[in-house]
Amino acid sequence: MTNRLTKILGSSAMALSLMAGTALAETELRMTWYNDGNEGEVMRGILDRFEEANPDITVTLDVVPYKAILESLPVQLAAGDGPDIARVTDLGGLSEYYMDLTPHVGDPEYWRANFGPFLKWLDPDGDAISGFMTQLTVTGPYVNKTLFEQAGVEMPGEGATWDDWAAASKAVADALDIPIPMAWDRSGHRVSGPAISMGAQMFDAEGNPALVDDGLKMMATKLYDWHQDGTMAKELWGSVSGSTYLGANEDFANAQVVMYMSGSWQIPQFAETIGDAFDWWAVPAPCGPAACTGMPGGAALVAMKDTDHPEEVGQLMDFLAQEENLAEFYGETLFIPGHLGLAESGVEFATDDPRAAHALQTFASAVPGISPVAFDLQGYPSNRVMFNALISRLGEAIVGELTLDEAFDRMSQDVEQQLAEQSR
Amino acid sequence: MTPGDAPTLSDRLTAAAAWPVRVLFQILDKPFRLIQRIGGIKTMPYIFLLPNLAFFGLFVVIPLFINFAFSLTGGTNLYLTDRVYTGTEQYAFLFDCGNYADPTSCREDRFWRGIYNTATFIFFQVTFLVLFSLITALILNRKIRARGFFRAVFFFPVLLSPVVVALIWKWILLRDGILNAALVSMGFDKILFFVSPEWSMFWAIFVSIWANMGFYTLILLAGLQAIPPDLYEAAEMDGTSTERVFRRITLPLLWPNMLVVIVLALIKGVQIFDEVYVLTGGGPGTATQFIVQYIYNTGFTNQVQNFGLASAASVVLGVVLFVLTMMQLAATRRRDNG
Repeated sequence: MTNRLTKILGSSAMALSLMAGTALAETELRMTWYNDGNEGEVMRGILDRFEEANPDITVTLDVVPYKAILESLPVQLAAGDGPDIARVTDLGGLSEYYMDLTPHVGDPEYWRANFGPFLKWLDPDGDAISGFMTQLTVTGPYVNKTLFEQAGVEMPGEGATWDDWAAASKAVADALDIPIPMAWDRSGHRVSGPAISMGAQMFDAEGNPALVDDGLKMMATKLYDWHQDGTMAKELWGSVSGSTYLGANEDFANAQVVMYMSGSWQIPQFAETIGDAFDWWAVPAPCGPAACTGMPGGAALVAMKDTDHPEEVGQLMDFLAQEENLAEFYGETLFIPGHLGLAESGVEFATDDPRAAHALQTFASAVPGISPVAFDLQGYPSNRVMFNALISRLGEAIVGELTLDEAFDRMSQDVEQQLAEQSR
Repeated sequence: MTPGDAPTLSDRLTAAAAWPVRVLFQILDKPFRLIQRIGGIKTMPYIFLLPNLAFFGLFVVIPLFINFAFSLTGGTNLYLTDRVYTGTEQYAFLFDCGNYADPTSCREDRFWRGIYNTATFIFFQVTFLVLFSLITALILNRKIRARGFFRAVFFFPVLLSPVVVALIWKWILLRDGILNAALVSMGFDKILFFVSPEWSMFWAIFVSIWANMGFYTLILLAGLQAIPPDLYEAAEMDGTSTERVFRRITLPLLWPNMLVVIVLALIKGVQIFDEVYVLTGGGPGTATQFIVQYIYNTGFTNQVQNFGLASAASVVLGVVLFVLTMMQLAATRRRDNG
């Protein structure tokens, strides 16, 4: 009996040590990821191919809510407990945690040639290669074209202003008893493009952040008025506090919204959730006195400097950034490419939905018209300080806790105080 | 089991489970005897408390001091050693007010709005929580039909996670939720509950009471059952009215339990965060943003994570909780002393 037990224990110990040996030979990389649509599935497929080609490396895709990318990831990174790779949207704000991949990628020149302008977003003060854009985005509105047709209201054309669109959306909503004529994502980033169209400069002559000026006041006042007259529903902007992000994508998909200000990243989701239930139509950014611009932006896949496996991270990032892999990724996810070569040669998007194709075309053609102020703001590492001050204080004004003038004063104070804290 | 009986499966399992304990005691026996010989019998209670004290110290006392140290620093570095010493600057910033009764006159207006919202919340929540818990306990203490079932019904929400509770109620209260559907079916207009500051505060209080009432009811029920029945019998024989019995017997004898319930509810009320955060997100505006959410937002959700200011606000909250805990201890002592 004892002899048998000894044999079992001995063989188990041997098996365990063999397994441990195998485990030790394997490198596990963790990639923190969020999804707007199907990109997680597409990325997993590409990662599977990488693992097949590199059996000693496994990549775990940790899919988290977008809120966790904004709120939890920075704390993890500050504590030195972050992932090896992450998909982020606060491109410059987290740059202190990025790894320079230059020594770890096969051909740094390929990276500079194809991702050049966006590398600066990731490293505003240097020329490091930290990652690549999983998507370029442009903010802009969608409309429910079917509702316009049913209401017999003509859609405003090229060069229409925000006031034109607000009035038309209200007319449609009133005619068809739609609860929300116009909805905007509760996000400072979304407001900034229209504010720049109204003439907001965002920075002073020395390049220091100067959030509140006449242009911003003009746009903020319109938003405030639209909430008071029922063009926009208070449910979105007025129902939460602080800088909490809320989107109206579900309301739009349920045909509860006539016009929805969001951005190009919604295309794959709308193609899937709305499909041909109604004609959802992307329209060019409405105009103000200064411009007709949206905000550029996007998400990037970046390598983190606290990784224990820089070589393997470099190997993986190099694999993912190759043209054929990115062509597949952008094509399957319906994302605007952040790879200059692919942007030039064109990506074959995996959709036969005319609405998605039209939206992709609309947003892609909006890129040349984006205001330089919008590019500067997107490249500013502390832009979220400005976005958050704008959204939280405007929200408080909309629900009546502050007057608009008090809200403008508080916006400036918030930005000043937070930047002072940051510079300590 | 008498000698000669064959051991049952239960006996065998008990013996098997006792074996590791016996081995542990054998291992610890000699060192403990040695400690007792050296330190004397009076040292032994502290030795037995040591593991718990170490745990408490590691996860409560040390973080408390670290938090206080953070409140005296500024900047965005997470590691204390990398942070800039600012003295009481963060406290001065929090308390820089033109008029403490008017949050808009304060430099950090959201902190003061959080304080006032929390005060409003606990005033109504504690009052109605105690009142409803008492009424429920009084009813459940009577010989009613299906008493066990109703006791379980009232206690069930306590078992749910606060997030689940908030999500359930959120689905009920949304624009297209069950409650609005019911209102529309009865010919009323929909009410956008989360857009109105008053409705949002009302539902934050209501949901909190609904979720926690069972726990406090249970404490009061235990108190009611501890009241000797002969007192009620004597009162009945004297023909005392029900109202007088409640005022002269039930309430005075239940008072120690009531005090514990009030203080516990106060402490929990000050700490309120998760339910309301999920239910209203602190909105509309800052109408239901309480002090803990202010701390969370300041420390974690802004791009510039102001750990120093968040820690200073935590210290202020800690002082309030300390006072309330002392009140609870005093109430418990008074009850224990009869």
